[in-house]
Amino acid sequence: MARMNMVQALNSAMDVMLERDPRVVLLGEDVGYFGGVFRVTEGLQRKYGEHRVLDTPIAEGGIIAAAIGMGVNGLKPVAEIQFADYIYPGFDQVVSELARLRYRSAGDFHAPVTIRTPCGGGIRGGQTHSQSPEAIFAHVCGIKVVMPSNPYDAKGLLISSIEDEDPVVFFEPKRIYNGPFDGDPHKPAIPWSAHPRGEVPDGHYRVPIGRAEIVRAGKDLTVLAYGTMVHVADAAVRATGVDAEIIDVRTMAPLDVDTLCTSVCRTGRCVVVHEATRFGGYGAELVATVQEQCFWNLEAPIQRVTGWDTPYPHAFEWEYFPGQARIAAALRQVMESA
Amino acid sequence: MTPRSRLHVPSPPARPGQEPDFSYLQISPAGAVPRPDVTAAARAIENLSVEMVRVLGEDHRALGPWNPHLEPAELQVGLRHMLLTRLFDDRMQKIQRQGRISFYIKSTGEEAVAVAQGMALKPGDMLFPSYRQQGLHVVRGHNLVELMCQCLSNTHDMCKGRQMPIMYHWAKGNIFSISGNLATQFPQAVGWAMAAAIKGEDNIAAGWIGEGSSAEADFHYAMTFAAVYQAPVILNLVNNQWAISTFQGFAGGEHKTFAQRGPGYGIPGIRVDGNDFLAVYAVTQWAAQRARQSGGPTLIEQVTYRAAAHSTSDDPSRYRPKEEWRAWPLGDPVTRLKDHLIALGEWSEERHRALHQELDAHVTACWKEAESYGTLTGGPSLDPLTMFEDVLRDMPPDLQRQREQLRALRSAAADGAPAAASVAKEG
Repeated sequence: MARMNMVQALNSAMDVMLERDPRVVLLGEDVGYFGGVFRVTEGLQRKYGEHRVLDTPIAEGGIIAAAIGMGVNGLKPVAEIQFADYIYPGFDQVVSELARLRYRSAGDFHAPVTIRTPCGGGIRGGQTHSQSPEAIFAHVCGIKVVMPSNPYDAKGLLISSIEDEDPVVFFEPKRIYNGPFDGDPHKPAIPWSAHPRGEVPDGHYRVPIGRAEIVRAGKDLTVLAYGTMVHVADAAVRATGVDAEIIDVRTMAPLDVDTLCTSVCRTGRCVVVHEATRFGGYGAELVATVQEQCFWNLEAPIQRVTGWDTPYPHAFEWEYFPGQARIAAALRQVMESA
Repeated sequence: MTPRSRLHVPSPPARPGQEPDFSYLQISPAGAVPRPDVTAAARAIENLSVEMVRVLGEDHRALGPWNPHLEPAELQVGLRHMLLTRLFDDRMQKIQRQGRISFYIKSTGEEAVAVAQGMALKPGDMLFPSYRQQGLHVVRGHNLVELMCQCLSNTHDMCKGRQMPIMYHWAKGNIFSISGNLATQFPQAVGWAMAAAIKGEDNIAAGWIGEGSSAEADFHYAMTFAAVYQAPVILNLVNNQWAISTFQGFAGGEHKTFAQRGPGYGIPGIRVDGNDFLAVYAVTQWAAQRARQSGGPTLIEQVTYRAAAHSTSDDPSRYRPKEEWRAWPLGDPVTRLKDHLIALGEWSEERHRALHQELDAHVTACWKEAESYGTLTGGPSLDPLTMFEDVLRDMPPDLQRQREQLRALRSAAADGAPAAASVAKEG
């Protein structure tokens, strides 16, 4: 076991897979010699050579298309899109090509591509370096969508993603690359070394795709969250004293309906939290699913706490960010409803 | 007058009712363009992107340094493949008009592109076609019955009823799946080629797009990645003059040749007479040899003409002169190869008629067999429950539930009762 932050854990996952499987290649902007703008691929080109860790032109559509071609030709490409906000030039290649190749060829062709991309705000990134577009991708059938909330899961889920024969879009909440962020930007940063999930095995292990995790057991209410918001929700739960069960969704698609709905059917109350905008957001899918499965057990309307339906504003990011106060208010409101 | 900016909106030289006019087309005489060594530097051979490589002369003889010197038997095979492609297209169009398939796309007039290129490449080379290179399947020996079954979406459909007609693929034959979204295959071909080089394999990739879809960003991605990594790939741009109703000027063809885009990226661009079987074969062979020797990519512009409608849903009489095809200065690829073989004393009109008859009968027999596996409206049909397969490798729980929902609806409908209980349970 080692102490790792999320950057190191992700780096370790790729290191392990490059070592174990000669089919694994990394490609992306600045990922090679420089090691990535967030340092996630640091040292890997030096270790595995420039044919396995490739710097690419600045062309997200080209990166994803090339990864698809490589995947068809027997490699297991891991493509980095430098910011999730930059993924849209490659959207057609993801939606029309990567996600549907297996289907349209009735299983005769497939491309086992993993697309890693940092998402989320709270780093003064403004509207083009802060987005959380997971719902856009979860809506597309034929890809898996993953977002870890801690170093242990990050490594285990990334290894599972690279080993998966299906394409995976792997979102990395960059606000928690270096430590678990509780939503209060004025407190000193807490490093992952102080967190139990900063304990990460050096070698190979998997965290399964498609499984949510109960990160805090509770009786009165279920909070569904993922990524950075798991930690913010946890702080809000502590602040309010509500005996809430917190579930880290971890995989947006395919969704672990059973874990989520078993919990809500038991607690009878539910709050859904995500950083992305609200309208048509992933929370809508969670709420709809919970309502379908748990309606007769619900004691109160389900609440969503999300980013506002505006672009992520540079100057007002803490007014935009669905922080502890907004989550706490939703928790209280759901507890008070009868 | 105060100067002001004005848009130039391209307009084709002739519209319906007007005389066809191909005076814009620069055509080099057969045999006139020098053939450089395959190791030549891209910047040293930029003339190839402006001139036009042609081998077949007016007297039907093969001329000049690009003559690939194919044996008569190989030329006969090429003629056979082109004619089969044409007859297959003609039949499928008729079948579509009878309402027995929903849609079709012919390659009439540009058969030499797929057939000559398919023949010049090795079986292990991976092909990433657009929807108008059915000749590649013919060359590689894909049973026409399978292609027809795909168009029929029947029980033998390789796509299991998931794709419109002509969106074929053939994994065993190393022919990639056709998307339907334009140009996406172009940078994928480059990625495939990069992987071949990473793995140290000898196979190369070839991709095809039309001049119209070269306006997509995917073209630029493909060219940039191919140039940057010197990927072993042949990038073919089939300039058939028309993208549905817009002529090649709308893709930027008025200012430079499409082949000239190659040198802009540091890639050799070769402009070739796309209706000259020998010339297409020769430039493909050149580009393939270059790619296999780590010489990197080549952009080939095949100058040809889309003699047919864009698809069965299109009516070209509304936007171009009906007689344009007859006025096309580069002729008909089938006739030109036939005439060449006759000039060589290796073919005759009688043999051609016999071949025509033989292939037509073959197409008829294939169609009969294909129909026996089901049609859109009758005969054996695919199980709709298969629509839930292959979304992911393993069917996730939500899809399993949806499949059961459809199964219940279908069995209830078969029993004449609504599947109320099951629908309510699922929501």
